[in-house]
Amino acid sequence: MGLEGYLLVSAMLFGTGAFGFMARRNAILMLISIELMFNAVNLSLVAFNAFLPADAHAGAVFALMIMAVAAAEVTVGLALVIAIIRTRQTAEVDQYADLKE
Amino acid sequence: MVGAGIAVVTLRNIIHSAVAMMICFGSLAGMYALLGAPIVAAAQVLIYLGAISVLILFAIMLTQAGDANLPTPFHRQVPIAVVVALAIIGLVGWAVVQTDWGVAPQAAGAAVEAIAMALFTTYALPFEIISLLILVAIIGAIFLARRPEEDERAN
Repeated sequence: MGLEGYLLVSAMLFGTGAFGFMARRNAILMLISIELMFNAVNLSLVAFNAFLPADAHAGAVFALMIMAVAAAEVTVGLALVIAIIRTRQTAEVDQYADLKE
Repeated sequence: MVGAGIAVVTLRNIIHSAVAMMICFGSLAGMYALLGAPIVAAAQVLIYLGAISVLILFAIMLTQAGDANLPTPFHRQVPIAVVVALAIIGLVGWAVVQTDWGVAPQAAGAAVEAIAMALFTTYALPFEIISLLILVAIIGAIFLARRPEEDERAN
């Protein structure tokens, strides 16, 4: 499988994550979809790093850094979601309509 | 792996979605190993399969009252979401296929020593900044997830 194959898989994974983020109603599942998109970007970075050998392996290093940032992001995101669920008693984002009016 | 990804966003029970997410991340680790980046594969297993999946499963089990009430998992804007996601896939795929990458036909791989040298010399400053970011995230998560009774008790 060449570079195009990996990039197409990455694009499909990113599209799946984007669909999940836009379509699902559960706040935790929206976070999971964000993780899917992070992983798609990581896959394309590692694929570029393997097939276009630049100096200093920037792609793999960036992938590792994205993993660390994603871990921090999901920690804060889950804390926020749990705090909201504790006050609202629901995880459905379309019932968080207090700011509407 | 894409099938597991689609299962993540379409399954009705959110715990099943989380398990499908773990399958998807595990196969991604296999792809990193195929691409000759064993350190990234190891980090994927440790961070995603080990830490983030467990965190998400804990959050689901803290927040789900029980699986008796499973409403429809989608918004009303599912058609728009499908169209936008397919547009993203189509545009990126078209760009990927159209571009002449001029690549090496074989994956070169990234040795662990080379990655470590790059991480701790060229990219040492971002590395330190990320450690600070993780510290801030830990403090923020503790602050946000604290129960309200506890800060009444603190006052």
